[in-house]
Amino acid sequence: MQVLYFAWMRERIGVPKEEVETDAETVAELVDELKAREPRYAAAFADMASVRVAVDQELTELSASIKGAREVAFFPPMTGG
Amino acid sequence: MAVFVQAEDFDVGAEMAAMTAGRGDIGALVSFTGLVRDMAGGSEMVLEHYPGMTEKALEKIETDARARWALQDCRIIHRFGPLAAGAQIVLVITASPHRKAAFEAAEFIMDFLKSRAPFWKKEAGAGWVDAREADEAARDRWT
Repeated sequence: MQVLYFAWMRERIGVPKEEVETDAETVAELVDELKAREPRYAAAFADMASVRVAVDQELTELSASIKGAREVAFFPPMTGG
Repeated sequence: MAVFVQAEDFDVGAEMAAMTAGRGDIGALVSFTGLVRDMAGGSEMVLEHYPGMTEKALEKIETDARARWALQDCRIIHRFGPLAAGAQIVLVITASPHRKAAFEAAEFIMDFLKSRAPFWKKEAGAGWVDAREADEAARDRWT
């Protein structure tokens, strides 16, 4: 699946998006896998209270399923308007 | 649906005129324009967004507003990219037979835009703008 990062999460991880092969069933499991990869991921996901997630462009929770998802995006709280 | 996510500026008067052109049933037209303030950190900001999700999120906000108020029309324009101090960022226009629905719906749409539309502001010299708890509270009062 495609994993996307926005704002300071993109800057900390260093790429706007990447293809990720995973057996993770939930967002939380995917986050644990990413954090174990490299320190830059661990740094980006250090404070999960400041991380929001969208699965297939719908805002959701860490407990959400990612089975069959095409796109998972991580970003800080939104500041539109 | 009238939702536009664009880098280009917009003309508030022209957008309002387009909504009322050729019809005489609209009694109230409310518009809100958000501008870039000249913050301490710098005079320019960059607005990042999530192409695809942004349009869906704005359409959902419009749909929710239309389910709650009898709007005759609604238009949301949100810009992205580099924006200088004083620049227009966002425009919301609502139309209804009487003013109450148009006023309330415009405020509802702005409250949800603040924390439910995937935009992120970065100020030159000062970094990413933190989400404000006051914006969350403003949104929660509608639920």
